[in-house]
Amino acid sequence: MFRILISIFILMLTSQAHARHDGEHLYAQNCAACHGYNGDGGMGVPLSLPDFLATASNDYLFKTIRNGRPGRVMPAFKHFSDDDVDSIINYIRGWSDSIAPMYSKKPVKGDAVHGNQLFQEHCAECHGETGTGGPGTGVTMSRPRKLPILAPALNNTGFLSSASDEMIKNTLIKGRKGTPMDSYLKEGLSEQDINDVVAYVRSFETQTTPDEASTEDEPVVIIKESPYSVEETVKNLENAVSSMNFRLIRIQNLDSGLTEEGKEDKKQVIIYSCNFNILNQALKLDPRVGLFLPCRVTVSEHGDKVHVMYANPKRMKEIYNNSELDSMCTDMKTVYEDMIDEALL
Amino acid sequence: MRSYRKTLVSLLLVCLVLPLSAFADDLIMRRIAMTFPETMNALQSSIAEEGFKVSRVQRVDIGLTSSGYNTAEYRIVFFMREDEVRHIVEQHHELIAFLPLKITIFAEGNETILVTLNPMKLNEFFPELKMEKEFAEWNDKVIRILDRVQSE
Repeated sequence: MFRILISIFILMLTSQAHARHDGEHLYAQNCAACHGYNGDGGMGVPLSLPDFLATASNDYLFKTIRNGRPGRVMPAFKHFSDDDVDSIINYIRGWSDSIAPMYSKKPVKGDAVHGNQLFQEHCAECHGETGTGGPGTGVTMSRPRKLPILAPALNNTGFLSSASDEMIKNTLIKGRKGTPMDSYLKEGLSEQDINDVVAYVRSFETQTTPDEASTEDEPVVIIKESPYSVEETVKNLENAVSSMNFRLIRIQNLDSGLTEEGKEDKKQVIIYSCNFNILNQALKLDPRVGLFLPCRVTVSEHGDKVHVMYANPKRMKEIYNNSELDSMCTDMKTVYEDMIDEALL
Repeated sequence: MRSYRKTLVSLLLVCLVLPLSAFADDLIMRRIAMTFPETMNALQSSIAEEGFKVSRVQRVDIGLTSSGYNTAEYRIVFFMREDEVRHIVEQHHELIAFLPLKITIFAEGNETILVTLNPMKLNEFFPELKMEKEFAEWNDKVIRILDRVQSE
């Protein structure tokens, strides 16, 4: 019995290891949703651009996959083994004949003050004055985008810890065909100018950016007790929804569509509403926000109490790794609070 | 020696049932190499194959376009099992705000993107409920739903 178990265990481990080290499979399951099956890009940046693969080192790709881009959608794949990450990189490399460059870790010496001037002149239009990058989650055919690629956030801690000075310099020298990023050598900048821009980009590391407030103290679900019956509470919420300039989408029982019609639990009611202007803005920032759509308040009889509850947007934002949603989530929490306060007056 | 073997066997069994999902990301996403209508059909069939019932499809794109905004197809598919809903209403009231389960589906050109919350995230949100096993089961089912659609 013991020997059989050991054999099964070894078989399972080896088959899992084989599956997990298959770069194509790992890429399809973890990367393709944002970057496209062929690396054409989508919510994420295009990875198959020849100029990208010719300037991005394996070290850069490894650190990017491992550390992600905090607050910029790209998650940190901490649970992958080194072999998993290497297999994904090998798969990505298969899109181009170019040899992976290797860079020295030696800092590039330059004048950051002069680099700032050049950056504002040549880079800020796409990358933002302080390297914050383009807005939104990148190119997606779901919504119009004015650029074929989202300019990366150069001040992101994930980028700065992944890209060496030499790699940034090489990118500035060569540019990236297929994107608005030109070769700045061809644009007339000298090598020293480029060194100065690199020094300025590297200086983002020392600039203090506001720490992302921890959301762990925020409750996951906010529950308030209603002094009214379920029916009265629902009616009050219906009125509150329209007074907040939201459109009532529907009122339904929690088990509606799951149980036989007429046999639903009438004491568990969901009120769905939407402000399409806010929704449109949210989808531009992150098309994945549908997970918490439409806006929803639940009225639930629990024992002898009637509860009004909603998933706290300030807590839900942590699942998106998208700091552009922060203020919207804070605003939505206020909307829910006001809506419920008005209903429970 | 016998107790050593027992410990080792127990350890092996724990390793075998330990869900890989415990190490997964907050969102589970898949790109599907099919058009939106094809993916929607495949998704609903796949949901049914896991024993869930689709309770509703929210047509977000219709609401957006009727309000004057441009968008590609964008919908939300709600699904659950009736007995699970009843159990949670009775036993784990605070979870109601996350039910039914849902998958967001939207078009990107001729391909389609599926996004859902990793049910294991609920374990992180509600550790006091001690529902890791149930969340892991949901997680495995949701992954099977998405993988089945992706492999079509």
